[in-house]
Amino acid sequence: MPGEIVLSDHFVLVITILYFLLIWAFYPHMTGRRNIANLFSNVWPLLALVIGQMFVLIVGGIDLSQTSIMAVTSVLGAMVMAGRFDPAKFEQNPLWGMVFSEQGGLLAGSGWAVPAAIIIMLAVGVVIGFLNGLAVAKLKMPPFMVTLVAMSFYSGLAIYLTRSENIMHLPDSFIAVGKGSLGPVSSAMLIVVTLAVLAFIILNLSILGRWFYAVGQNVRTARVSGVPAARVVILAYIFSGFCAGLGSILYSARLEAGRPTLGRNLLLDVIGAAVIGGISLYGGKGRLLWAVYGVLFFVVLDNSLNKMPLQFYSIDIIKGGVILLAALLDSLRTRIAARQTAAGEIA
Amino acid sequence: MTEWEIEFDRISKSFFGAPALSEVNFSIEKGKTLGLIGENGAGKSTLMNILGGVFPQDEGTIRLFGKKYSPSCPADATDAGIAFIHQELNLFPNLSVVDNLFIDGFPQIGKSPFIDKSSLQKRAAALLSSVDLNISVRTPVEMLSPGERQLVEIAKALSRDARVLIFDEPTTSLTTTERKHLFNIIKKSQQQDRTIIYISHSLEDVLELSDAIAVLRDGCLVSTGPGREYSVDRMISEMVGRRIEQMYPLRSTTVGSVALLKVEGVSQPGIVRDISFKLHENEVLGIFGLLGSGRSELARIIFGLDSCRAGRISVTEQDITSSSPVESILNSLAFVTENRHQEGLLMEASVCENLALPSLREFTRFGPARILNRSRMLEFSNRIAETLRIKSGPIHKQKVKSLSGGNQQKIVIGKWLLAAPAVLILDEPTRGIDIGAKYEVYGTINKLAEEGIGIMYISSELEELTGMCDRILVMSNGEIRAEFVRPDFDQEKILQAAFSGRAGYKADNG
Repeated sequence: MPGEIVLSDHFVLVITILYFLLIWAFYPHMTGRRNIANLFSNVWPLLALVIGQMFVLIVGGIDLSQTSIMAVTSVLGAMVMAGRFDPAKFEQNPLWGMVFSEQGGLLAGSGWAVPAAIIIMLAVGVVIGFLNGLAVAKLKMPPFMVTLVAMSFYSGLAIYLTRSENIMHLPDSFIAVGKGSLGPVSSAMLIVVTLAVLAFIILNLSILGRWFYAVGQNVRTARVSGVPAARVVILAYIFSGFCAGLGSILYSARLEAGRPTLGRNLLLDVIGAAVIGGISLYGGKGRLLWAVYGVLFFVVLDNSLNKMPLQFYSIDIIKGGVILLAALLDSLRTRIAARQTAAGEIA
Repeated sequence: MTEWEIEFDRISKSFFGAPALSEVNFSIEKGKTLGLIGENGAGKSTLMNILGGVFPQDEGTIRLFGKKYSPSCPADATDAGIAFIHQELNLFPNLSVVDNLFIDGFPQIGKSPFIDKSSLQKRAAALLSSVDLNISVRTPVEMLSPGERQLVEIAKALSRDARVLIFDEPTTSLTTTERKHLFNIIKKSQQQDRTIIYISHSLEDVLELSDAIAVLRDGCLVSTGPGREYSVDRMISEMVGRRIEQMYPLRSTTVGSVALLKVEGVSQPGIVRDISFKLHENEVLGIFGLLGSGRSELARIIFGLDSCRAGRISVTEQDITSSSPVESILNSLAFVTENRHQEGLLMEASVCENLALPSLREFTRFGPARILNRSRMLEFSNRIAETLRIKSGPIHKQKVKSLSGGNQQKIVIGKWLLAAPAVLILDEPTRGIDIGAKYEVYGTINKLAEEGIGIMYISSELEELTGMCDRILVMSNGEIRAEFVRPDFDQEKILQAAFSGRAGYKADNG
């Protein structure tokens, strides 16, 4: 029955493999060692963001501010740990001489610089997520509006703080977080797999996970049943902010810079991958495996498009089309499922 | 010779091999009213869906006005002159009455795309007066009471000049006055020679309105005939397939002396005023009131879903006056909400997940990590499902939304039993479920009371309260107006108290 295949958990993985094989026929170097390594290096940071986004989507919200959280944390982290600031670029900056100077960032040279920067980046993500969650859960503002405004605000802030300059000269030990590896295992992989395991435990094994789904499916029933709904929603946004901070660490390390425009074009990738994976924009539905499959498909698609002789704008057009198809598939899936239960109900 | 409006000729339908209707065979006379009754799942909805073009029958034919009738979509049924007045109303709450009436065909100015506003107003006003509804046509539907909405829906059906009207449980959310009004309109339609199919669990209503009765059970027609040949007893025994001797079970324990729930002087402006009462061990305390009397609002305040300005509420000597639902539950309070779809259940989730939701905290391990102990959760949920005889597939897989209304309601009650409450608040626990399921729910409530739980029982069905309760408090306009103790339940006096203090009380009474 075609319905069964579309509803299957592994549908997206099957599609990804079929697509990969198809492209492989035309571009044999898809399976080259360098390309595979490149492919996976793109998977990890995106997966971190999608996992965070998934928590918010499950409680029936959306977090558009993730990419701006990345930008602002990237800049703040760099201000703490960068080894040198170019006076030509930063002398006019309001923070010049207070937070950083030609001799580097706030803690430049100290052994604490990198751990402190990492903690600050994560903490800022958590705080921004907390504020988003508070606005949604306590002030009852629409998530779309709250995080859209946050997106605009924090990306503006990141540019203001740096006067739109990239902060270079990050310490080597920080760059190793994004680029280093332990034998065949990259450190990025290690970090994101740990995150994924944690997310799996929360969603599938803990009470909190049941609460996330309950709030997303029907917040009124959840409240009556003793689920601390406001706290659960706030936690989802905190988790999303934390993941954005983590993504920021991985991307900043790879790019070896604190960038005020970090993640600028990433939002569609994040939400696209989540939707392709099957995480519902209507709330209450989503699994870790789906996030992984969604990211895999998205990264394979991106990789293959880059192999083709295409202009950058046609890549965007194709990506947009694929996400639209995924959204269509989502509503199709909902319909098929609804029809199956409707029939079952009457019988 | 009798003229038949609708003839069902050996209609059969099955879903995935499970028969929902088998060879249903009966006819409805032109201009008469047929009462269609049966338990949930007996096949009433399936039959009406076939008539309404939602899906086709597998076998058999329908003849409408003597002609073969096979609709392929709901619009075909509308065109053929069949109108549904649904249980869940199909109106747009944000639009005005007039927009709702003409949403599928605004009168136009000539052939232009512009709406003919003046004729619109006039036709809408005429339609509303035909159902004796005295409101402005510009009123948004969300401002109307459930009864008024129903009348708008009927007016909409009349606007299409429907020859056949189908009422599916029209009285569930109506007040007594609204019900009377609805019946007048139905009788008016009867005089205008419209054919009516009236579906309801309220058997007295069916008897009052119908010229003929058809009883369905398990997808088969049990009997059909003129209404005068039927009594409520006969209808029940045919629907259930056995006789229910004692609808309301007898309790073996007496009311205890320990007050479990104490409510003292609770007030919230515009909602409730100076409410005080005590609920004891082993007691079933009924709260009777009309829609808008504050009975459900009081329950919400006690449970902590809404707040109150003044007063004190305590459960087993613990103050819970301004506590959240979470704290109320931790203090052994439980609340079966009025509307199971909106507040009672997670329709997409499994039976087990729903049963365990309020007591998830009980099934943890590894301390603060609060990891769920699934096997224990499943074991306890299974025990509840067995005790309440919830008919379902494997409870960790079966989704709640595919169960019948009665089984869903049992889950709403069952989810609180896992939490072992001291006080259980029930708000309309038997609404929209069939007689067999009602009987089982009554038995469950009785058993809980015997175990010592204090039960606050809110209902708009007086008979149910007089059958089940030890004591009944009557609310009106947000106040407690009277108290009745078993065995001095006088239905007339209770109703009088419920109507007292209402605007138009005299009119209601006279």
